[in-house]
Amino acid sequence: MTADTLGTVEMAALPTSDTQKYEDRAFGFWIYLMSDAIIFALLFATYLVMLGNTARGPTGQQLFSLEHAAAETAVLLLSSATFGFASVAFAQASRPGVIQWLSVTAVLGLGFLLLEYQEFSGMIAKGAGPDRSGFLSAFFALVGTHGLHVSAGIIWILVMIGQVLTKGLTRPVASRVMRLGLFWHFLDIIWIGIFSVVYLPGLV
Amino acid sequence: MLGRLTIDALPFYSAIAAGGAAVTVLGALSVVGLITYFRAWRIVLFDWVSSLDHKKIGIMYVMLALVMLMRGFIDAAMMRGQQAIAFRSDGYLPAEHFDQIFSSHGTIMIFFMAMPFLSGLINHIMPQQIGARDVAFPFMNAVSLWLTAAGAGLVLISLVIGKFSTAGWTGYPPYSGIEYNPGVGVDYWLWAVLIAGVGSTMSGINFLVTILKCRAPGMHLFRMPLFSWTVLVTSVLMIFAFPALTVACGLLAVDRIFGTHFFTNAMGGNMMHYINLFWLWGHPEVYILILPAFGVFSEVVATFSQKRLFGYTSLVLATMAIGLLSFTVWLHHFFTMGPSADVNSFFGIMTTIIAVPTGVKVFDWLLTMYRGRIIFKPPMLFTIGFLVTFVIGGLSGVLLALPPVDYAMHNTTFLVAHFHNTIIPGVLFGYLAGYMFWFPKAFGFKLNETWGARSFWCWIIGFYLAFMPLYVLGLMGMPRRMEHYDIAAWQPHLIVAAVGAFIIFLGIVCLAIQLVVSIRDRANARDLTGDPWNGRTLEWATSSPPALYNFAILPNVQSVDAFWDMKHRGVAYQRPERYVDIALPKNTFIPATVGGAAFVFGFAVVWYIWWLAAVAFAVILVAIIIRSSDDETEVILPAIEVKAIEEARFREMEAASKNEMASDPGFAGESVLEATS
Repeated sequence: MTADTLGTVEMAALPTSDTQKYEDRAFGFWIYLMSDAIIFALLFATYLVMLGNTARGPTGQQLFSLEHAAAETAVLLLSSATFGFASVAFAQASRPGVIQWLSVTAVLGLGFLLLEYQEFSGMIAKGAGPDRSGFLSAFFALVGTHGLHVSAGIIWILVMIGQVLTKGLTRPVASRVMRLGLFWHFLDIIWIGIFSVVYLPGLV
Repeated sequence: MLGRLTIDALPFYSAIAAGGAAVTVLGALSVVGLITYFRAWRIVLFDWVSSLDHKKIGIMYVMLALVMLMRGFIDAAMMRGQQAIAFRSDGYLPAEHFDQIFSSHGTIMIFFMAMPFLSGLINHIMPQQIGARDVAFPFMNAVSLWLTAAGAGLVLISLVIGKFSTAGWTGYPPYSGIEYNPGVGVDYWLWAVLIAGVGSTMSGINFLVTILKCRAPGMHLFRMPLFSWTVLVTSVLMIFAFPALTVACGLLAVDRIFGTHFFTNAMGGNMMHYINLFWLWGHPEVYILILPAFGVFSEVVATFSQKRLFGYTSLVLATMAIGLLSFTVWLHHFFTMGPSADVNSFFGIMTTIIAVPTGVKVFDWLLTMYRGRIIFKPPMLFTIGFLVTFVIGGLSGVLLALPPVDYAMHNTTFLVAHFHNTIIPGVLFGYLAGYMFWFPKAFGFKLNETWGARSFWCWIIGFYLAFMPLYVLGLMGMPRRMEHYDIAAWQPHLIVAAVGAFIIFLGIVCLAIQLVVSIRDRANARDLTGDPWNGRTLEWATSSPPALYNFAILPNVQSVDAFWDMKHRGVAYQRPERYVDIALPKNTFIPATVGGAAFVFGFAVVWYIWWLAAVAFAVILVAIIIRSSDDETEVILPAIEVKAIEEARFREMEAASKNEMASDPGFAGESVLEATS
């Protein structure tokens, strides 16, 4: 009984294997990231469309601080590196290492959010909040959406720390940490876009 | 405490609004009553609401779609009724109510009739067509369903508590902004669309991964049935287009709640940007809706012409071309907004080009029928009705694609006639054909054909009567969305259109009777073979209704029309040497919880009940965290049980010796089931 003579083969011996399942999830997550990238692309487009619509309010040049943006960039990029260390620790099956580096990543993420909060609240205090002009609405939407993603990422990191503590470095946990890594590095790439499109030209 | 929700939100200010609310409430109560009467709560909750089975999810989607079809049709009938009598009179609907009705009609038909219908058909059929046991992500699939239902729930409840949007289904600012529309209507629209949109994005991801990763051995992409091909392209469109809707509606919501200036008149707002974003989603959406319907027509036309599909490769390529081009034409929705002549020409040309792959498809279907032995079952009637009618709609679309013509026709009923002329025969006829074609697969018995044919004739005659006059009216200069008018020449056409709407209503009644009669007579219409139409593709290889796992043994595919090929090689129904354990997703209430919480969240945000919104959001978050920490999401069906189910099926098949088509006068093939025993 070969595959040629029969309509069916002994593929039955292949139940949805775990490897296949985790590969599918990783692939699905990549697709989700593409979809999310479109959201950001449209917010970038919105920002560029609105760039001149300052309604006689403050412009980017008056509001942005290159030092501040550089600090945010440094903290966020560093957190990507520390996430990389967490992944390495995972590959080495070092549970304390994973927890340690994930915690450092979460702290750096919080630091980034803190810097962003400072920037936003400073702008709002100066009367340059999102309701001041179309330009500022677009700025807050773009940078704020990134910030919301970082917040979600931090919650996810905390959940994963909890899972590593309670479940250990199991196969499903590994799959989730891998996808979290994709998400976290994705946010870095978006930030580099923000830095290059929003802050740098705004200050030149 | 309750935000801006007060007792005034109840619709006692108008008899018609109160009537609509009463129908909605009574409808909900009667469903609850019926479930209680049949003591079916256990089944409803534990077999359906908590199910992650793609087939049950598909059926629930279609049920939602049929309910919303009724609701959307009632809106349409009310508009036709109003316009038929509103010559130099106010008719029976106040202007503001009329505006709510055309807004909810469009919103419901696109988001809560067509989208669930297509998701339902895809869910039920696509995994079977590619030889898979489920979709790639069964849990996310259920979440998508319940998010769609949450959005539909928001539209329905707007009829009882508060009002719906008056800004049309497209919600153009600045009219939909808080300055001109301070009530809750636009918010209901926004949050219904946003929540359902998230569900659709997830559906798209799910279908795409399923097709790319879960195909049976030998099922190369170019051996996939055409329906699955159209699903593949539609999923890509969903993944790339829905973010634009999320951004457009999200920013409008932020404008309304936080006073930002994306789309306002002053302070640097740019309302034209909304229109760009909206149609950046909106045009691909048209193809998201129609491509799966094209897939259904392709399956139906091949099956009932008893021929291999003509030009399989060209159909696939045309589908891909349409998918690509659908992102290059969005501007034709607003030629009159004032882009330069060059920009308008580009989009005009792209729009006419998209008619080319569509034309290829029409010829392929015609040539499939050419010299076929056509059997006129109801799905085939809908397909032929589509071919004839859709071409007219397509041609009026090519007219509108010319910017100078569009300047003359813009916002007239000519446009209304055009898009109904594509969407009703193209999308709705396709889904109804799919519903009648695959119903026996889902439930194990066939739908009554007499009532199906009656429904078809009512639909098509009603369609022509309802929409051809609108072409004429458009050329006479009648704007769309008019609540009353004082031009006598319009009225006769509007009366004819109202008559057409009534005939369509008879078509819907026939659909309902068909369902009731078929359930009553189901003992005589059982489909014991799983292959009632002498089918060609793999979904007909499973039993009807399919076992939980679809395929006990994954099929080995060797050609296009895999099942047809297996039948002719005599290997379609062979008993395997042994069975294996099969992993199935466990039932869970988390998706329904997420959907319920999303509904509460939407409701709370609409009414500015911020604490409730926070609670609902927290529930969603916690539910997802709980699920993400669950590593035991599957249950194993032991091989011995699989064997028992399959043996029972083989016994049933031996009792039934042929498929239904074999007894039809025009049947060309031989009965292929004899090889079974």
